[in-house]
Amino acid sequence: MVESRANRSSDPRLAAGDVIAVTWAFLVFGASLALLGLAIYLLAVPTVTTDPTVTVPRRVGAILALVAGAVIVTRYVRLLTAIFRHRDLKRAHHTMRVDLIQVFLLGVLVTVFFPLVWILSMSLDPRDFSRPTGLTIIPPGATLSAYINVLTQPSPNPVSFPQLLGNSLLVAGGTAVLAVIIGTTAAYAFSRMVFPGRRLGMLGFVLVLMIPPGGTLAPLFVLLNALRLRTTLLGLAIAYASSALPFAIWNMKGFIDALPYDLEEAAQIDGCTRTQGFLRVVLPLATPGMAVTALMGFLTAWSEFIMAWTFLTEPSRFTLPMVLRGMIGQYAAGTPWSEFAAISVLMSIPAVILFFVLQRYLVAGLAAGGVKG
Amino acid sequence: MTSVSMPQKSNFLADFGQELREGRQAYLYILPAFVIMAIITFYPIAYQVWMSFTNFELRHLRLQNPDQVGLQNYVQILRSGLPVPNFSFGRILVFNLFWTFINVFFHVALGIIIALALNVEGLPGKRAYRSLFVIPWALPALISGMVWRNMWNDQFGAVNLLLQELGLRGDIRWLLETDAVVNLPQIGLVLPLSFFAVFIANVWLGWPFMMVIATGALQSIPEDLYEAAEVDGATRWQQFWNVTLPLIRPAMVPAIMIGIMMTFNQFNVIYFVTGGGPIGLTEILVTQGFKLVNPQGWYGVASAFNVIVFIILAVITLITNRISRATEPYYA
Repeated sequence: MVESRANRSSDPRLAAGDVIAVTWAFLVFGASLALLGLAIYLLAVPTVTTDPTVTVPRRVGAILALVAGAVIVTRYVRLLTAIFRHRDLKRAHHTMRVDLIQVFLLGVLVTVFFPLVWILSMSLDPRDFSRPTGLTIIPPGATLSAYINVLTQPSPNPVSFPQLLGNSLLVAGGTAVLAVIIGTTAAYAFSRMVFPGRRLGMLGFVLVLMIPPGGTLAPLFVLLNALRLRTTLLGLAIAYASSALPFAIWNMKGFIDALPYDLEEAAQIDGCTRTQGFLRVVLPLATPGMAVTALMGFLTAWSEFIMAWTFLTEPSRFTLPMVLRGMIGQYAAGTPWSEFAAISVLMSIPAVILFFVLQRYLVAGLAAGGVKG
Repeated sequence: MTSVSMPQKSNFLADFGQELREGRQAYLYILPAFVIMAIITFYPIAYQVWMSFTNFELRHLRLQNPDQVGLQNYVQILRSGLPVPNFSFGRILVFNLFWTFINVFFHVALGIIIALALNVEGLPGKRAYRSLFVIPWALPALISGMVWRNMWNDQFGAVNLLLQELGLRGDIRWLLETDAVVNLPQIGLVLPLSFFAVFIANVWLGWPFMMVIATGALQSIPEDLYEAAEVDGATRWQQFWNVTLPLIRPAMVPAIMIGIMMTFNQFNVIYFVTGGGPIGLTEILVTQGFKLVNPQGWYGVASAFNVIVFIILAVITLITNRISRATEPYYA
């Protein structure tokens, strides 16, 4: 295959692959013309009904088909000219390959978006969801009432949405801040200093890191209960920090390990003390790592369910994940699905935005820290 | 022999003293983290080990001290003698291992395939795909789990509705069917229909992480290597096995180890999609351990359970570490 490509320009005969590529070009060109025709038909011929839930999707679909058809037609007109004017079969092969991959990726995109569109659509749906309905992107009679319901009365308990949001933010933010501030200093020592007990300490962290979520649920329950902190947000934040801190130290150590040592050395030669070097040289450079560590702590606590569900009893101290869990209950039939979907959307948006903002650092941090022994 | 080892020993002592002096500052840096972790991390772990040898239950929360019961909790768990319906430790463990293996395999395979597709030159929309494909990873797993539970619902779930639209039967009881689709009594593996439901949900949210790691690794492979391989007459398939795979391996191995740990402990997906059901067939260790505390309130038994889980995890980490090092020809 590779040989044939290398010799193609000098070989006047058409290989089987070339025939396939040219046929492909013609087929797609024809199909895109048909798509254009369909789009024009949908736009030109009026619909029977005037129901906006029928006409609007039809119109949007037609415009999308028009744009897609136009893009594909231009692409393939250019390709066909290249094939027949310049005998550019290499381009035919490349276009076929790229476009087949494009089709595959569009398929992946559909599977990625299917659940997302489903939940958005559910959050706009005013109907009772325990009866079978068809699949629609925008449900008939779409309304924002589920969002309004959720923002005014998120659960049967007397607790408001701002209160729940505040609780979640407080616990998640507190966990993140505590983990980063305390974790970074310890990580610096483990990364840059030599002292007895260093290896033992790191080993201890690795072992703690292997404890699964909720792995110390029973002792934390008993201990926080004895301290009368179990049902408070402070107690919950302490419980979260107990698993966030080892991760923070481990992650920050990996990050600081990857920073060049020369800068600190230069600072020390210029008369900086260790602590000044840490504060003025290492900390500014380690900001991305700290951001990632804080993000991980925040996101974990933001959607943490096991401990919150086990520890908290007072509805005014509930967090958002608990309200979600409370909604779906044991049997699906009694669930207010539209409201459930609305809270899910509201809860996901900050998490997804934070994730996108810090994603670059997240990948770098995971690659640098985390795993290196 | 002794004349050689003596100076070494005194050297070691001198080094040790030197380290200790230099270490004073290090200890100051570590002190806050150490004190806090001693209280909120290490003490609960030690307490957990102590609790695992007692019959600690709800009634012991108020003053009354629990009794020492020796290894009784451990024996009960390992002999599957807990009074929990459908509890079988061996089956849960086998299921948990299979769950981990099959998921990570699909995450990695899909992640690499899609990263390769996105690495093709001249592909329009690359950047858009790369950021959109990350959404399942960015979404809190708790929410993904609940949404997938809704989608698999037999009466109004999106999957059955989709099957109906396609003209197929749309009344499959994905999460409730108790019959085994796969039953391998030789290794104690039973897979009901709900396994496939929860598996698909977890693949959906798991592959983007592997894709991101693979994309980063692919972009760092120099183009001349492929050119050289092409000159040598290597097919695309050979290029993939002999150039691409070895070169993305150093980045993929740590990601796979993270993936194994995450999937083995994937509480949110199992708990919210199937709830471990039907009849406990999709229970994994962490979901079972959670149920021993909430709602059962068997703190002693739960502690023993989590100690066992911890030991299993430590063994898995050691084994995967060994495997990844033993098969590590490209970097040292």
